[in-house]
Amino acid sequence: MSTPTNVRLAGLHARYQFIETVRVPIAVIGTTLFPTLSLLFFIVPQSFAQDPAAATAATAQLAVFAVMSVSLFNYGVGVAEERALPWDGYTRTLPAGPSPRLVGRLLNGLAFVVLGLLPLVLLAWLLTAATLPLSRLALTAVALLAGGLPLFAIGISIGYSLSTKAALAVAQSLLLPLAFGGGLFLPPETFPGWLNSISMWLPTRAARDLVVTATTGVDLPGTTLLVLGGWTLLAGSLAVWAYRRDEGRRFR
Amino acid sequence: MEILARTAAATRRYGPVTALDGVSLDVPAGQLLGLLGPNGAGKTTLLQLLAGLRRPTSGTVELFGGDPRDAARRRRLGCTPQETGLPPTLRVHEVVEFVAGHFTDPVPTPELLEQFGLTGLERRQSGGLSGGQKRRLTVAVAFVGRPDLVLLDEPTTGLDVEARHALWDAVRRYHQGGGTVVLTSHYLEEVEALAERVVVIDQGQVRADGTLADVRSLVPARRVRLRAPDLPELAGVERSNRDGDRHELWTADSDALVRQLVTAEIPFCDLEVATASLEEAFLALTAPGTQTIAPIDGEMAR
Repeated sequence: MSTPTNVRLAGLHARYQFIETVRVPIAVIGTTLFPTLSLLFFIVPQSFAQDPAAATAATAQLAVFAVMSVSLFNYGVGVAEERALPWDGYTRTLPAGPSPRLVGRLLNGLAFVVLGLLPLVLLAWLLTAATLPLSRLALTAVALLAGGLPLFAIGISIGYSLSTKAALAVAQSLLLPLAFGGGLFLPPETFPGWLNSISMWLPTRAARDLVVTATTGVDLPGTTLLVLGGWTLLAGSLAVWAYRRDEGRRFR
Repeated sequence: MEILARTAAATRRYGPVTALDGVSLDVPAGQLLGLLGPNGAGKTTLLQLLAGLRRPTSGTVELFGGDPRDAARRRRLGCTPQETGLPPTLRVHEVVEFVAGHFTDPVPTPELLEQFGLTGLERRQSGGLSGGQKRRLTVAVAFVGRPDLVLLDEPTTGLDVEARHALWDAVRRYHQGGGTVVLTSHYLEEVEALAERVVVIDQGQVRADGTLADVRSLVPARRVRLRAPDLPELAGVERSNRDGDRHELWTADSDALVRQLVTAEIPFCDLEVATASLEEAFLALTAPGTQTIAPIDGEMAR
């Protein structure tokens, strides 16, 4: 047998972290079913559900919502919880550096994003007029990942800088303003002007516009990439700072 | 002899608090070393330094000839998580397999579980185990990578007598097979039963380091307890304590001491004579303000 490589170790950490999380029913329901339920209750009964463009945009919005709730809860609250457990420190005595655990955490979050998207996309396809031509699938995946970057980073910042209780409070208080304000529940076309101008500055709105463009081909607002880049830089720096500070406190 | 782990003048401060103060310690291959100290003495910090979880503020720490913070140095090391630290939703076999995945040639899971009396619990989630089962699982994972050195932090706290003895047997078997152990314990009898070498730490410093007999001999061999009003000057008393009419006297020759008490017609009662144990030595070494026994260095260990 050979010495485990970092890639194998990252896979090992991701696999067991996934098992750990998936066995907590509320974590799975909260992050994966909520977007699908929103689709069932708020989109499917509406008349625009039979309009391909509107239904596709609505599904895209909820897909961004799925990414956001995984970011806030799996990365944010989940990492804060894990850090509080002595098991986390114990894994650092094993012959693996910090990176397999960190990469494992990131992969675990991505797995939950996929878990959240599968039922959403399936039901949107079955019950609404939403369409996604195969040619747009890869583009949409890239848009979701790119749009998700600042959201992932916000989650990781929360997870590595706050206690479990504080992380939960912050995640919950960010969830709705970011979702409504970013046009993830109601299409931004229905926003009054003042709300729309605030919305344009939110990372969720930028992510939403990017994914709607990727799925439907509507024009991308000129500010989207700028706002997205700015938030990614800001939240990314915060995440790196929070991770390093946590390392310094617990492992130095 | 190969030195598996070593600290040299290792000091660790947390802000204004000095948890470890210039500790120098060698752990040679094959030794079973018991680390004793009151709560907050610095034992956990010392183990954290050896396991690479923390780095010393000054001084050096070596594990298998290198920096324990380098993951490759920890391939021959086994550690225990705290009992409360097991991921509650993982099953017993998953906990073992996760840890095993980090090592080149791990012990097969069924074999390990059998060694630690956990057979039949493979599919139980660790959150549903009893305290004793959790404790055994945490100790078991320290051995899964066939380590050359294990650090056991309070391995039997919360175990009943039978489980404790079973665990001692497992540690002894490992040691007889050539394994090296550094063990901390609240139970002095555990250290007496297992350790060849005892290191007493208090307030971040090594107070004593030697064989069991060495450390025991730091206090006079006999302890005499009695109740009496004032005692006169008695020959052969090396150390004494008084609490009201209760007296504790340490001496090399308890028979001579008792004879003196009788001849002097001291109205004593509740006489007790006991062999000073490791516990006596430990208490004498770590009692606050006790200056009777000067701290000794590591020389007697070698």
